[in-house]
Amino acid sequence: MTRYGLLIDYEFCTGCHTCEMACKQENDFGVGKTGIKVNEIGPMQTGPDKWALDYVPVPTDLCDLCSKRVSEGKKPSCVMHCQAGVMKYAPVNELVKFMELKAKTVIFAPR
Amino acid sequence: MRKTDTHPGEWRWEEDGVTITRTIAWSGPGCHSQCGLLVYSKDNRVLKVEGDPATPYSEGRLCLRCLALPKVVHHPDRLTRPLKRVGQRGEGKWEQITWDEAYGLIIEKTRKIQAQYGPESIAVMMGTGRNIWHIGAKLAYTGFGTPNVCMLFSGLSCYAPRLRVMPITQGFFCVADCSQMFPDRFDNPAWKVPECVLVWGNNPLVSNPDSFMGWWLVECMKRGSKLIVVDPRRTWLATKAETWLQIRPGTDAALALAMINVIIEEGLYDKEFVEKWTFGFDKLRERARQYTPDKVEKITWIPKEKIIEAARFYANSKPAAIQWGVGFEQANSGISSILALQALWGITGNLDVPGGNIINKPTTFREIPPPLWGRQELSSELKKKRIGGKEYPLVPMAQPDILIDAMLTGKPYPIKMAWIQSSNPIACMGADSKKTLQALEAMDFVVVADLFMTPTAMAAADLILPVSSALERDAIRAECYETAWWGPIRTVNKVVQVGECKSDEEIILELGKRLNPEGFPWKNVEEMLDFLLQATGKSFKELREQGAPRYFPFEYRKYEKGLLRADGKPGFETENGKFLLSVPYFEKIGLDGLPYFDEPPESPFSTPELAKEYPLVLTTGARHWGLFSSEQRQIPELREIHPNPITEIHPETAEKYGIKDGDWIWIENMRGKCKQIAKVTASIDKRVVHAQHGWWFPEKPGPAPSLFGVFESNINLLVPYGQQGPSGYCAPYRCGICRIRKVQEE
Repeated sequence: MTRYGLLIDYEFCTGCHTCEMACKQENDFGVGKTGIKVNEIGPMQTGPDKWALDYVPVPTDLCDLCSKRVSEGKKPSCVMHCQAGVMKYAPVNELVKFMELKAKTVIFAPR
Repeated sequence: MRKTDTHPGEWRWEEDGVTITRTIAWSGPGCHSQCGLLVYSKDNRVLKVEGDPATPYSEGRLCLRCLALPKVVHHPDRLTRPLKRVGQRGEGKWEQITWDEAYGLIIEKTRKIQAQYGPESIAVMMGTGRNIWHIGAKLAYTGFGTPNVCMLFSGLSCYAPRLRVMPITQGFFCVADCSQMFPDRFDNPAWKVPECVLVWGNNPLVSNPDSFMGWWLVECMKRGSKLIVVDPRRTWLATKAETWLQIRPGTDAALALAMINVIIEEGLYDKEFVEKWTFGFDKLRERARQYTPDKVEKITWIPKEKIIEAARFYANSKPAAIQWGVGFEQANSGISSILALQALWGITGNLDVPGGNIINKPTTFREIPPPLWGRQELSSELKKKRIGGKEYPLVPMAQPDILIDAMLTGKPYPIKMAWIQSSNPIACMGADSKKTLQALEAMDFVVVADLFMTPTAMAAADLILPVSSALERDAIRAECYETAWWGPIRTVNKVVQVGECKSDEEIILELGKRLNPEGFPWKNVEEMLDFLLQATGKSFKELREQGAPRYFPFEYRKYEKGLLRADGKPGFETENGKFLLSVPYFEKIGLDGLPYFDEPPESPFSTPELAKEYPLVLTTGARHWGLFSSEQRQIPELREIHPNPITEIHPETAEKYGIKDGDWIWIENMRGKCKQIAKVTASIDKRVVHAQHGWWFPEKPGPAPSLFGVFESNINLLVPYGQQGPSGYCAPYRCGICRIRKVQEE
């Protein structure tokens, strides 16, 4: 069976928490539970006048890649609502092609 | 593929027994934006909210606040019936009454106060960027007959100054061009990617200010835009910028003048544009010469090399856009910062060009409704009575610093009644929060209309009116906002009814008809909206049927084509037809016609003795992802992201004061103190702290003295009234002084 995943272009993830709230709404998770969580890395000095501050959303065990939505032909809710437009949902082998073209990307295959 | 992804544009349809309504979230709860929504509802319940892929403004994306809208709409704490105070003010004892009884009470009090003190003794106060703005003014002027309408905060320091200055200097409002004028957005062939975006005084990713969506900037970055960021905090955008200018809060005018100086003296300006289309260049040049990079380094704490580098990069980039924000307006030099930033796009020829700063005048008609709708109906005698009118002719509203004093002292005349709609001034917006409350307590009659029981309503209201949220009302996102808060014209469509809530439009029309039937001749809200939409050639229902937002043709370089002036000639709709780098009208009313820098009234330089006691510069007001101003604090999923108020402190400063990350700390100055949680971060200068604003705690007791903990963590307790700039606009919300210490265990 084809494995699907989420590609995240974390060069442009702004850390806006939209994916978390989209997931909570879709799954009615409420406080303390989420299928995806934004992580903050930095700010960290990486050069004389250079600082890095990155955000990387990571799916949790509660992520089922929005199987119900996807079966209805829709995008996963986090992917659809992402403010910065940095998430893609597709078969992993297709996502890898994006990854070859773009630095600061990561693919998650939660299941 | 479901219809929700591919829908052809109806405004409402059914899917599996669920109703889906296209609408926009405006407002409340906040913000200024108008993202497209698909609202799923059944049996008068909102089930969920999703983005509308067919809305070019938002392209189906939504932020967490819209995704949490169902939690707001059906929150158990929503106000659902009019409440009349029965105990003492602040005691929290209320009696539910009918709308007829509520209107009856308002009419009785209004007539009594009008007869005894005159209609000018009624003050109407509203929140920022809300749907309430045009209709609220109409209620004040045509309904109550008072000239005193405003937002209750010092110097009207949020976009209002820019909205006042831009029509004078360039005729219409301006916005950074991120392709938003075109329904096909980033693919439109007329649009260009800005080579450089100068982001100044805002973090648009979080604040989405003035209807500018922050992610538009990210799309520009993906397409190659480079950034210059002017911000005291090292934000995500700052880390991505070619040049980050970590400015001392309140010194923006000096920085902008130094950049103008470099651009002019190095010959980097657009000589042809300056020659042909601007007025006052030589005067500006003379003024800017006083602001050398050496001198401005000392003022702003930014190394001069960086100032020069930023000036060159902005001037040499074609096109370059400026995305500006409230940061520099919340300083006493705010008006000068506005003039200077406009001058930057004026002298570099980046005005109304693709990828520059575009003038968002619609090509078909003027504002609907006019800003401050109804003001023309006031008698000239009443117009003259506007509070602050004599001192501050530039300010068309009541000037709030003078209004606060009038409420407390009865001078120049008594203010006896406050009408507060969609505003929570003791938690947010109002300076000196306790003084703000004292002023409201001095009123004979206070009405608060809002979605929730706020600290302001609990503390001061005699009557509370329950207001419909954005999903519970029929309204329009109209032209007045289309230019100031840019977006295409469209309808807001009612999905559900909550309790006995009424929309702002319904309240104002129903009350207006009782106060002044001739002034409110419309049978219902739809008729009123149709009246407002007349110039578009569409009725409310026609516009709604259209489903999609209505875009009008947009043209660049309108000043060349005679598309800006009423007489159809090329040039600008200004006093002399030119883009004003120096403003004759300002000189006529006793103001400097050119930008200049004034030190913040309390700072290490202007008050060195005070600064020994309060050695840190205090800046405030950076926005929260999940909270708009003082709103949404009762929504658990959003509070999970923002559980408590945060103050950012540099590690060396934290160590000096024995503060660790996560400690509760006091932030205090001459005016007051509040406590917040320390976030120790190298993202802020060691001489500066940043404290969040708008904090209160719906989970804490409501009755006084607690008032939902509104005076515990409220940074505006430290912010003054009465230190506004010489025009009456712009006050030092973001450039005060303070000291910090750890909160000791009891």
